[in-house]
Amino acid sequence: MNVEKKEKEALFSIKNRKLLINPLHKDNPITIQVLGVCSALAVTAKMKPAFVMTLSVMAVVAVANVLISIMRNGIPPRIRIIVQLVVIAALVILVDQVLKAFVFDISKQLSVFVGLIITNCILMGRLEAFAMANKPWPAFLDGLGNGFGYGWILIVVSFFRELLGSGTVWDYPIMENLGVYNFGYKNNGLMILPPMALILIGIIIWVQKSKDKSLIEEK
Amino acid sequence: MQELFNIFVKSIFIDNMIFAYFLGMCSYLAVSKTVKTSMGLGLAVIFVLVITVPVDYLMQKYLLSAGALSWLSPEFADVDLSFLSFIMFIAVIASMVQLVEMIVEKFTPALYNSLGIFLPLIAVNCAILGGSLFMQEREYETIWQATSFGLGSGVGWLLAIVGIAAIREKIRYSNVPAPLRGLGITFIITGLMGIAFMSFLGIKL
Repeated sequence: MNVEKKEKEALFSIKNRKLLINPLHKDNPITIQVLGVCSALAVTAKMKPAFVMTLSVMAVVAVANVLISIMRNGIPPRIRIIVQLVVIAALVILVDQVLKAFVFDISKQLSVFVGLIITNCILMGRLEAFAMANKPWPAFLDGLGNGFGYGWILIVVSFFRELLGSGTVWDYPIMENLGVYNFGYKNNGLMILPPMALILIGIIIWVQKSKDKSLIEEK
Repeated sequence: MQELFNIFVKSIFIDNMIFAYFLGMCSYLAVSKTVKTSMGLGLAVIFVLVITVPVDYLMQKYLLSAGALSWLSPEFADVDLSFLSFIMFIAVIASMVQLVEMIVEKFTPALYNSLGIFLPLIAVNCAILGGSLFMQEREYETIWQATSFGLGSGVGWLLAIVGIAAIREKIRYSNVPAPLRGLGITFIITGLMGIAFMSFLGIKL
């Protein structure tokens, strides 16, 4: 036990700050690691559900990271997947009950996708790759960072889909107040349909990778 | 019989797991580099869905939904365990995948060698849990309806992943803009395939 002898690391050292910031861009869970696309896309037709989904995923991934990181020395490697799934499923049940109690209409809109946070690859990916090998505080930051990285993509996609598809932002009828309908502007119904979310993410990847050439994939 | 067939066709084309709900996108994007491996994964998904959806249906009907426990004794008639469904479903899926893996390994080693690496991956494939959750949400009446829904969803998933794998094999020879290479273009192609699949929306079954 030489843990005490080690110099105590500052709470927000450069290494820890990297954990928080890298997932926003260089290591983004959706656009670079391709994790958690499953439940990300279907909830982005409006901003409100996307925001609630972001908060839920962020809470689950941060808390699950901490819990698994605390238990990491006690989990037998052979059954670790089951243990991780049980921890995640318990947390998701909590989130689901909270959503049903406080924002029932949004929880209805999210339908099965709250439950699908369990199989969200971000969670398994972070637990396997990070929480099983690190202390609770870095694991918490890593979870939070990945939650943010996942969240900003969701918010950007849902902003454009809601603005162009229904002409509103956060349910506020911005297009109507600007009066553009009088000039013959029409909402683009295609934006509401699920395939447009995929194409928008494709475009985000395009922009991100052309800004940062180091991210371009080898042929 | 006709109704079973309707559910089957509907879950392949209209409610396609990938194009309508984006379920199982992670493995869809990661494993669709060649047609051969994606075929293997697709078959494994069908296999597991056909087993887990009916089993979860029985769980839902006789254990979890409101009043489901009344077959045990009338005093349980107002017990509602549906909040436990997530954890029960994922436990069923994880153990079923483990069981299927062991059975396949024991009796058909050839199939095991072709599916082997994909089976453990499937436990965390959203398409499988999504299948069970949609089964719960849509409230199918008989176990046969649930089974045909599971089979149809699996076949739809197979179609989608084999389709994208075939396109990706060809696109390797074309000149994609550098920042879009790999992941980006796959997203956009999937979106376009999704728009094509939307044409099935008008069909009423």
